Amino acid sequence: MEYEIVIGMEVHVELKTATKVFCGCSAEFGAEPNTHVCPVCLGLPGVLPVLNEKAIEHTVRAGLALGCEISTFSKFDRKQYFYPDMPKNYQISQYDKPLTSSGRLPIVLDGAVKEIRIRRAHLEEDTGKLIHLDDGTSGVDFNRAGVPLLEIVSEPDMRSPEEAVEYLTRLKTLLEYLGVSDCNMEEGSMRCEANVDVRPKGSERIGGVVEIKNVASITGVRRALEYEFERQRDAYESGGTVERETRRWNPDKQRTTVMRTKEEAHDYRYFPEPDLVPVVMPREEVERIRASLPELPLVRQLRYMKEFGLSEYDAGVLTAQKTAADYYEACTSLSKNPKAVCNWVTGDLFRLMKDRKVGFDELKITPKMLVEMIALIDAGTISGKIAKTVLEEMFRTGKPADAIVAEKGLVQMSDAGELEALARQVIEANPKAVADYRGGHRRTFAFLVGQVMKLTKGKANPELVNTLLRDILKG
Amino acid sequence: MSLLEKNVFEIAEAIRAREVSVAEATRACLEAIERVEPAVRAYVSVDADGALRRAAELDAKLQAGETIGPLGGVPIAVKDNMVVRGGETTCASRILSGFISPYDATVVERVCAAGAVVLGKTNLDEFAMGSSTENSAVAPTRNPWDTERVPGGSSGGSAAAVAARLAFGAIGSDTGGSIRLPASFCGVTGLKPTYGRVSRYGLVAFASSLDQIGTLTRDVRDTALLLGVMAGHDPMDSTSVDEPVPDYLGALDGRDLAGLTIGMPVEYFGAGIEPETERAVRGAIDELRGLGAEVVEIGLPHLEYANAAYYIICTAEASSNLARYDGVRYGLRARDEDVLGMYQTSREAGFGPEVKRRILLGTYVLSAGYYDAYYLKALKVRTLIKQDFDKAFEKVDLIVAPVSPSTAFKIGEKVSDPLTMYLTDIYTISLNLAGLPGLSVPCGFDGKGLPAGLQLIGKPFAEATILKVGHAYQQATDWHTRVPPTAAVGNGGA
Repeated sequence: MEYEIVIGMEVHVELKTATKVFCGCSAEFGAEPNTHVCPVCLGLPGVLPVLNEKAIEHTVRAGLALGCEISTFSKFDRKQYFYPDMPKNYQISQYDKPLTSSGRLPIVLDGAVKEIRIRRAHLEEDTGKLIHLDDGTSGVDFNRAGVPLLEIVSEPDMRSPEEAVEYLTRLKTLLEYLGVSDCNMEEGSMRCEANVDVRPKGSERIGGVVEIKNVASITGVRRALEYEFERQRDAYESGGTVERETRRWNPDKQRTTVMRTKEEAHDYRYFPEPDLVPVVMPREEVERIRASLPELPLVRQLRYMKEFGLSEYDAGVLTAQKTAADYYEACTSLSKNPKAVCNWVTGDLFRLMKDRKVGFDELKITPKMLVEMIALIDAGTISGKIAKTVLEEMFRTGKPADAIVAEKGLVQMSDAGELEALARQVIEANPKAVADYRGGHRRTFAFLVGQVMKLTKGKANPELVNTLLRDILKG
Repeated sequence: MSLLEKNVFEIAEAIRAREVSVAEATRACLEAIERVEPAVRAYVSVDADGALRRAAELDAKLQAGETIGPLGGVPIAVKDNMVVRGGETTCASRILSGFISPYDATVVERVCAAGAVVLGKTNLDEFAMGSSTENSAVAPTRNPWDTERVPGGSSGGSAAAVAARLAFGAIGSDTGGSIRLPASFCGVTGLKPTYGRVSRYGLVAFASSLDQIGTLTRDVRDTALLLGVMAGHDPMDSTSVDEPVPDYLGALDGRDLAGLTIGMPVEYFGAGIEPETERAVRGAIDELRGLGAEVVEIGLPHLEYANAAYYIICTAEASSNLARYDGVRYGLRARDEDVLGMYQTSREAGFGPEVKRRILLGTYVLSAGYYDAYYLKALKVRTLIKQDFDKAFEKVDLIVAPVSPSTAFKIGEKVSDPLTMYLTDIYTISLNLAGLPGLSVPCGFDGKGLPAGLQLIGKPFAEATILKVGHAYQQATDWHTRVPPTAAVGNGGA
């Protein structure tokens, strides 16, 4: 029998706010343990939460971008369970009246668009973090406790690990675009859990849904889902059953293990948080936020394909990061050659930036400078090969291309007479190569071109050199 | 006349006039505490050094010609479920032993900014859960009118301290009657303001949607003075309401109540009330009529469900609010093999029986499968009770009622019977469910010489109205001026 996997995702992202969701402490990652804490986020006796409006705005932004309905009335609830990283032994979350619900996120696989439905996206507070020390004791770092957390729950609409990976990638890009989260899985600002069910293909059966936790990377998600598909399919094929339970992904052993069975599941005893007043979100406020949304990445990608004639892949690479796409468009507004701009941005520029660990905010090459450099190539002033050197120099110094070209004497040699003399010189100096070429070893031609380029320190117009050499060798 | 015979208003005036120094007023209280406290046990802790240091600072300011605020130099007591920076806050529970607060409750900050001197922290039923102050891990507080009897609870320490003249005034908290009941049992004036009128920041939560901080004083004028200082929006408490704070002292304008309509709920005078208490309350209502008010009968039909709804809502919230006391970060920590064991052993050793009972009840009513039948149903009852009051207030300006069905009972009399104990609050809890302000004023004594209380219930944020009526009543009567036998002044003295 053929089986299929049914996947729903629960994704938590930390919202990028200056302060925590219910107190004034810094929400920044990476500080010394327990330095971003106060009576409120430590849950000391007598404290009360006060809602951070920015976290509400971020939630609404994310909800709108996910096509969700925004509730004009929502509220907070307490989700209760005991754990040492929870200062109050309850988490302030949203239960039956989430701020946003019923949305969708389009994903693209093999050129086809599929919509993954979003059940809800709600706001809650993050917990602290347990630190296990060498001496066998454990400590708790409460810096993270109270950092605003957005939980995005999808419907079980994904049918392969690839779809799940694409969903996560698209979601990450979208949230980064909106500026609501860094979505950094390594730092834990994006965490995901998958609900997995395996069933005979074509069946509508809902079986023992297994929840998988502790997946710390997108690759991990793919591997965990693949593993789980095989495990559950094998169980059914050998006549067994699959229990409703929570399993933990073990990245070292590349397998999932039982964490909690159905019997051990928590009763969270949700009830309305009496210390907070309901959140009333006026329609006008929602519309104001909607109007401030940037063009969303998928829309932008499709526009790039249409407007600039880019491939799906290139348009995808450019729009995966909002800063890159913004940079690209600043260039295209000045250039007549959007394809060349795309090649330079996604090729040499991305490579330089990655190697030297430079972001767009620190980049010395302005869009105008890049466009001017491409114009020099298009005008034949420099070769594409020389341009690579020029780009590196621009990257390092921030000088414009024409200044670098003039300073270093990098102008392309396009004087046919001068180049012909050099070509003849090369032919005379390399009789064996010439003989090989004439004997049918066409590859030695490239060697001869290289020799001319070497004599001109790379400045010769390569096309002209080709033509000249071919003519002379023919004659 | 002893300094201690003065009330808040008078001692503040005397200090302002430089007739008395802050140090003298503070020392008078500390000496009274030393003498009388062993018989009353009103305090959990007394910070004599801190209070004298603070008094010296305030005297120095006065010396330098500075003003020190409307409560300038007045020694007061704070119920030990409100945090004062640098000192222990115990909630009369073992679980918080050793906990030192790094911050001040907003009310503490406000009364101190207005010049008050905090003498110490007063006793209470553990986490404010109780009606007699017997559920204290420290010791039961005794009623200054009869030390064999309870002072009421849970703010029994604050009420007893004011009655026995061990502080000029005190701050308490009221979740189901915890200010009004002890005020009535101890013959002092107690106010539970409207929910949201006074910030709860720094009040250790028992039941967040019901808790409200208020005052225990000798008379209504002192209540008005203190409330004016404590009330108002606090950015640290989202449930504190941004309503202007009226001039409460200015609202106390004599003894003419003509033009006011007072509602008398028939349900409050039914079965269960002791005849002597009923007589005192009815006498007080006649007095109000004599002052010009019109008294009409009203109905509050859902009153009989108030207790049931209250004990579901308050225990549900309490089970959640008290979850943080787990031994991980502060307070009592028992050693055990693992985290779960540590939680269990710490909480087993740290909480008293009444607190455990309420945590269990609250956990049960919020459990999957029971939520709708209990918690949700209780919320619906709460709405009905609110609507009863709304409807009544369409016709009347305020409502009068007894505070409790009886006067103070004996220590130990009801501890073994929680249901009977819970009925002590039958007339007070509906106000907490509806969020309304309630004032308790002494209105007579029973044959045993124990004070009874009259409850004045106002519309939301209409504290000024009930204070005005309470003040008029106290202008016309002298119940509030009587001094209990176990007091630091007068014919009493211990």
